[in-house]
Parts: sequence; C-alpha cells; structure tokens
Amino acid sequence: MYSETVMDHFNNPRNQREISDADGIGEVGNQKCGDIMRIFLKIKDNIIEDASFQTFGCGAAVASSSMATEMIKGKTLEDAWEISNKAVAEALEGLPPQKLHCSVLAEEAIHAAINNYLEKMGLQPWEEGPGSCTGCGGCATE
Amino acid sequence: MRYCSSLVYLRITHVEGIFLLTKGYCTIRRYYDMRDEMENKRQIYLDNAATTRTHPDVVSAMLPYFSLHFGNPSSLYSIARTSRTAIEEARRKVADALGADEKEIFFTSGGTESDNWAIRGIASAHGKKGRHIITTAIEHHAVLHTVEALGKEGFEITYLPVDEFGMVSPESVEEAIRPDTILISVMLANNEIGTIQPVQKIGEIAKSHKIFFHTDAVQAIGQIPVDVRTMNVDLLSISAHKFGGPKGVGALFIRRGLRIDPLLYGGAQEQKRRAGTENVPGIVGLGAAIERAATLMPEKADRMVKLRKRLIEGLLTIPESRLNGHPTERLPNNINIIFDYIEGESILLLLDANGIAASTGSACTSASLDPSHVLLACGLPHEQTHGSLRLTLGEETTEEEIDYVLDIVPKIVQRLRDMSPLTPKKLRTR
Repeated sequence: MYSETVMDHFNNPRNQREISDADGIGEVGNQKCGDIMRIFLKIKDNIIEDASFQTFGCGAAVASSSMATEMIKGKTLEDAWEISNKAVAEALEGLPPQKLHCSVLAEEAIHAAINNYLEKMGLQPWEEGPGSCTGCGGCATE
Repeated sequence: MRYCSSLVYLRITHVEGIFLLTKGYCTIRRYYDMRDEMENKRQIYLDNAATTRTHPDVVSAMLPYFSLHFGNPSSLYSIARTSRTAIEEARRKVADALGADEKEIFFTSGGTESDNWAIRGIASAHGKKGRHIITTAIEHHAVLHTVEALGKEGFEITYLPVDEFGMVSPESVEEAIRPDTILISVMLANNEIGTIQPVQKIGEIAKSHKIFFHTDAVQAIGQIPVDVRTMNVDLLSISAHKFGGPKGVGALFIRRGLRIDPLLYGGAQEQKRRAGTENVPGIVGLGAAIERAATLMPEKADRMVKLRKRLIEGLLTIPESRLNGHPTERLPNNINIIFDYIEGESILLLLDANGIAASTGSACTSASLDPSHVLLACGLPHEQTHGSLRLTLGEETTEEEIDYVLDIVPKIVQRLRDMSPLTPKKLRTR
C-alpha cells in the first residue's frame, strides 16, 4: 500500500530526535485523530540549519515528517514556508488517498514551527496563503 | 450408439480424473514447498481472526469437486448425484458440529451473507408483527450495517451497551425488550477483543418473550463449544475460512419451523430458501473443516489458552500497556493489548518488517479513519483507541513463535515511543 520511499522513511526516519535548544517548535494534529507531529527548527541568519521531528501516528505520518525535515534543511524561511503538502507527498512517491492528510500535517507543522520562531523574535507571524490546506487536517470532517 | 459414446465419455473422464488428481497432488506439494520457503523467511501468522490457512486436508477433500465431480447438484444424472451426496454429507457434518438437525443448515456465501439473511429475513417475514430490533454496540459490521439499513426502512434499533470488558448484560437485554421487538442479535464472541457473550442466558430471555434470537458465531467455531439447543438460538451464522476452511462459504442455522424470507431469490436450492447453484467444492471444504475443527477443539483450546496466557503476561510487562476485553471470558486465541503513546499501524508495519502478521483496531489502517467501534463501546477514550494490537493465535502457533513475538514487540513499542511526542520522559531511552 505504501511506496518504497515511504517505507524507507518509515523504517529509517531521518532527523528523528528532539532539538533541546530549538529556535522554533511547531506541533499540529491531535491525539483523537491519531496523528500528532512536532517539528523542531534550528535557525541562523534566516536559514534553517537543522530540523528534526517527533511524531505519533501511522507510517505515512512518520514518513511525511521525515521527508519534510529533509526538504527544509538548508532552506531560507521563505523557501521552507513555500513547501507544500503536495511537494512532500510527491517526494514520497505518492501517498494513499486516505493518507494525504499526513502530508498536510507536515506542511502545517513546518508553518507552525516557523511562526513560533518569528513570534519568539518578536516578529509578526506569517499568514496562510489562500491555497493553503490549513484547517483541513484530515480529521476536520469527523 | 448412445451407450457407446457415454462409455467413451466415461473413459475420458477417468483418465482426466487421474490426471487432475495428480495435478491436485502437485498443487499440494507446491504448497508445502512454498510453506517451507516462507518458514525459512520466518513468517509468523498471528491474524487468525481475520482468516486462517485452508488446511491441506480440507483442500484435498475439495479438489475432486472442481473438475472431476463437477455436476450441478440439482441435476439428475450420476455425476450430479455425486455432488448432491457430497453436499448432504457436508450438511450432516455442520449439523453435528452445531448440535442441529441437517434440515436446519443452509449454505451461504459466508458470514456476511448469513448475518444479512438472518436479520433481513426475519425483518421481512415478521415486520408486520413488530418493527423493533435489539442488537449490541460491538457487533461485526455485517450485523451493524444491516440493522442500520433497516433503520432507514422504518425499523427501530436498540444498540445495547457493553461493560469495560466488552460484555453485554442479560439484564440490559430484558430491559430493552418492547412489545414490538421481533429480533435480538448478539454475537457469540467478539472478533476484536474476543469477549464471549452470555448467549445462553440471552437466549432464555428471548425464548421466554417469544422473540427470535440470532447469534453471529463466526469467531467461535473451533474455539469454544457451540450447541444451538443449549444456547437457545433460533439463527446462527458461521463462516468456513475462520476455522481452516475455504473463503466464500458459510452457513446459517435456522431453527426448524421458523418462518424467514429469502435474501436471494431464484432457483429452488436449499429448501427453496437460498437460491443459487451450490458452491460444491466450498461446501465440501466447510464440512471437512468443521468436522476437523470440532474434533480438535478441546485439545487445541487448552493449548491456545496456555499460549495466550504466556503472551498476555509477557506483553503486559511493557509499562503502560493494558489488556482489552475480558480477562477470562475470552476466545482462547485472542490477545488485544493497548500500548499508550503509539499508533497501531506503525506497530503493524514494524511487526511485518520482522515477519509477524497481526492486526489493530487503529483507525489508520481503515479507509474510513474511524477508530474501533468496539474499543469505543468498551469506554476507551477516542485518543486511546489508536494503539491497540490484536494477535490471534492459530493451531500452527508454537511456543517458540510466542517467545519471538515477546522478544520483538517490546523493542518495537520502545522504538515508537522514542519517536512519539506524547511519551513521558521516564519511558524514553533517548
């Protein structure tokens, strides 16, 4: 049911750890739905120097978190913000339809972590664009 | 001339028969080779509540009824009579295993059809007398979705609650009965948590109120004694592939004299109650499997209970884990445990990577993303229904396999807990 890339990221998750002195932390999802994703960022000069995650959830949720952290490392905050759930799913060589919300969760977690950093810096958090999936969350239809 | 050609025909079928039986033997041989290969790869199958391996003896019994004795049992000539005899033989075996009369056994396409037929058939035949049906919150979807459909057709459905162990109380059945109640349907044993229901008492209550009583016994056959008379049931569903038989065949016990409408209309098969040419090889397989399961049950159940105890005790040494279902009133082969802070599908994927096939009540494995209705009915909060692991043992399960599982599962749980943002510090290794 999962692509080889999903299984690889599930079995060998990248960046799966806590960054204790993270500059930005974003947590999304809820336990009721069965997915919680927490992303940690280490930021220097507007560049994401390091990223990591903790995830409670299914194989797709773990793989999405792993892939998302790989994708944002080394990017500027602006570029990281632009990474869409679709890009995460595509990088994983696709997700089953009922699991697409896991990639949405990854996008939301990145946004939450960036905004957490901006708020800590005393800056205005960025707003979700019109095309964003925020609020969909997969479980919102419940 | 006609006599002559039939002789030629017989000769050909005889030669073909030997050929086919040889081929059948080769198929079984290949199966054993494949099994050896799988064993080398270490495959541990602990999902016997989902389905069981069709036993090779059952396959052997079925094989002649595909190409050799292929006649339609409704026809008159001799090859058809062979099919007819085989079906009646299977019917006798099913009746014997259930303590029923042969005339009370009707073959179906499986548990789902049996459940649908029992409920819809009674609703349709007795809907004028009353439109109230009592069932439980933890039934299989084959029952739940059928009564839900009837609900849309004007029937009123009462879903009885269960206690924390997944047990229905007979008192709650008594209280739910109304003058217009026509049917009570309570499963004999639950497929997820294995809880065995007090069906005999519920049957007595139903009988005293003259209400029809159906039980879905799909999970129970071959595991616990099933007797339609002592259990006071009017209708009982079984499915062959849950006890070493083939998929796609089952039966419904219908008490003699009970009026029920057909689910499938057509030919006059099964005493004009279930139309459609009989699945002869499947029915033969069902007969062979149930006879085998009933004979082996006492010894098997003892062994299962011992293995179950070992597995449950071992798994519960993992901190913050709990057993779902009843501690004693449960199917000998069922283990269902919740591990806090982790999610079921992830457990399954890692088990699979280690050669273990298991199941979960987790929402994430189903397309609907709905959590287990059974665990919710047992009072588990929504957020705790995601981390359950169901292991269901089979007759091939060994002590060594149990020990392997007990070695692997704690490692998997720890790995996922280390990954989870919910895990408290004291349970983390990093």
